[in-house]
Parts: sequence; C-alpha cells; structure tokens
Amino acid sequence: MSHHTILRVVAKFLIPPIILYALYVQWHGDYGPGGGFQAGVIFAVAFILYALVFGLDALVRVFPTAVIRILFSLGVLIYAGTGFVAMFFGKNFLDYSYLGHDPVHAQEWGILLVEFGVGLTVATVMIAIFIAFASRIPSISDEEW
Amino acid sequence: MISPDTAAIVIDALLFTFLVITALAIVQLRHLFAVVMLAGVFSLLSAGLFVSLDAVDVAFTEAAVGAGISTVLMLGTMALTAREEKKSPHPIFLPLLVCLVTGAALIYGTLDMPPFGSPDAPVQTHVAPDYIARTPVETGVPNIVTAVLASYRGYDTLGETTVIFTAVIAVLMLLGWDTKNRSLARNARRREEDREKGDEA
Repeated sequence: MSHHTILRVVAKFLIPPIILYALYVQWHGDYGPGGGFQAGVIFAVAFILYALVFGLDALVRVFPTAVIRILFSLGVLIYAGTGFVAMFFGKNFLDYSYLGHDPVHAQEWGILLVEFGVGLTVATVMIAIFIAFASRIPSISDEEW
Repeated sequence: MISPDTAAIVIDALLFTFLVITALAIVQLRHLFAVVMLAGVFSLLSAGLFVSLDAVDVAFTEAAVGAGISTVLMLGTMALTAREEKKSPHPIFLPLLVCLVTGAALIYGTLDMPPFGSPDAPVQTHVAPDYIARTPVETGVPNIVTAVLASYRGYDTLGETTVIFTAVIAVLMLLGWDTKNRSLARNARRREEDREKGDEA
C-alpha cells in the first residue's frame, strides 16, 4: 500500500489516540466501563492498523515476535504471581490484602495489578494471532482488491 | 412527546429487527467477505442491545472484541482459505429440524423464567444486592463490575486470561509465525519490483 497517501496519513493520525484511549480504558476501569480485556483489544488494534497500512514487516520491526512471546507469558505470570505471592504472606490465593496496610486500599492495588496482567496478555495475544495469520498470507496486490 | 419508555421499546425493536435481518442475510450469503462484515454488524447491533440493557461493560467488550478484532481475524482466516462458501451436498432437512427443536426447547425453557426485569427474580434478590452492599465498603472501587471481575471472581478471570494464553499457544503451534521466511510474500514483492523495473524501462 506504498502509494495510498490518505490511508497512511490518516493511520498515522489515528494510532496515537487509539493507544491513548486504550491506556485510559485500562487505568480508568475502576471508575467507568472497561478494564484489561477491552483495553488490551483496543491497544492491539492500534498495532494491527499499523500492520495493515504499513505492512507486516514494519510491525515486526516495531514489535519483534520474541518480545511478544515474552510479554503474553508475562501478563499471565503477573496475574497468577499476584495470587501466589499472597500465599507467601499466609493469605489465600488471590487475596490482595497483603498489598497495603489498609485492606480496602490493598484491594484497589490488587485489582490494578491483575487488570494490568490481563491487558498485557490480551493485547500481545491479539497481535500475535494477527501476525500468525497475516504472515501466511502473500501480500495482496492492489488489483486484487 | 414520546416518553422515554416508548423510545426504549422502539429502539429495542429496531435493534432486534436489524439483528434478525443480519442473521438471515448471513445464512443466505455465500460470499464470505460479506458474511464476515455482516458478522461484525451483528456484533455491533448486539453491543447496542447491551447498552440499552445498561450493561455497558459487556457492550464495550462486544464492540471491541466481536465487532473489532474478530472481524480482522476472520478476514485474515478468509484470506488463507476461500472467498466463496461451497454448497453443501447434504439436504438441509436434518439440520433445520435440529435447529427448530433446539430453538423450541430454549423458548419453552424461558417460559419458567421470571419476567424480564422483575425485581423478584432470584438474581436480583440473592447475590446482586450482596455485591452492591459489600463492594464500596470492602474494595472502594466505584465500578462494581470491575470489583466482581478482578476481586470477588478473580479466580474466574485468571481462568479467562489462561484461556486466551492457551488460544495463542494453540494458534502458534498450528500456524507459527513465519515472519522471516515469507516466501509467498517475497515472491509477490519481487514480481511487483520486476514489473516496476519493466515500467521504467
């Protein structure tokens, strides 16, 4: 799509607000609708849009597959780890009360942590699945569309 | 003037009508590109219905996952297979019968359910008031959905995250990511470059 100037310019304009909105949905999930799942998907959409307009090779240069592989595992690790660490403090699995002096405040920290794990996993998994599909497709010439 | 209740009923009826029309169109069409796009429309209409049910978190997920990512992934899958659906050689009577019987059983099942929005429904009298009473005191999180999802039902959400993780492992085991050795793509690009060189000459 090297000569689709309008698409390239519009995509460049859209990608930063999409990422910003994803971060808003991620960190504002305690107060409004949203959370890790939705934020992760929106975050992934920014990168998928980048790949659609600028090509898969450009995306893989920005986000190497080795990094993606580590990040989607790390997300699950953050979630499960938050639960396991609680057990070292003598609490039940996924009991967040060890995260602060005051149990109510600790809940907020726990929710923030596990939502971050969810968001990280969902975002990188969606990008990974997209790359897995798209890397098998020969780049479609403009006439075919 | 139209009262808000009437407006809500009209909007629900419109959304449901479009939902049924979209579903019928998906069944009828053989052109898979159109089917994928209509599936996205179907998700967006469902998201609208969830908003009208005041389930904004579910609507958000449906719009982002159902209408957004799924459409892109379905298009990617379509590009790997065919653009047209093949006609099935089997007669449609048995599947039609199975669908009708299942549908009838489901509708029969709803007859025992409490009326829609009834305050006496078990869901409104059992856990929901408990969560509404406990969430502000125990977690201090204003969005009760988030508190239930990440704290009270943290174990379920860990399961969901693991499901997504398992899904990507399965996809990568089946397809892999062939980003280095994209022979097909490389050949296509080489052809294009040759053509451009030919044009210049």
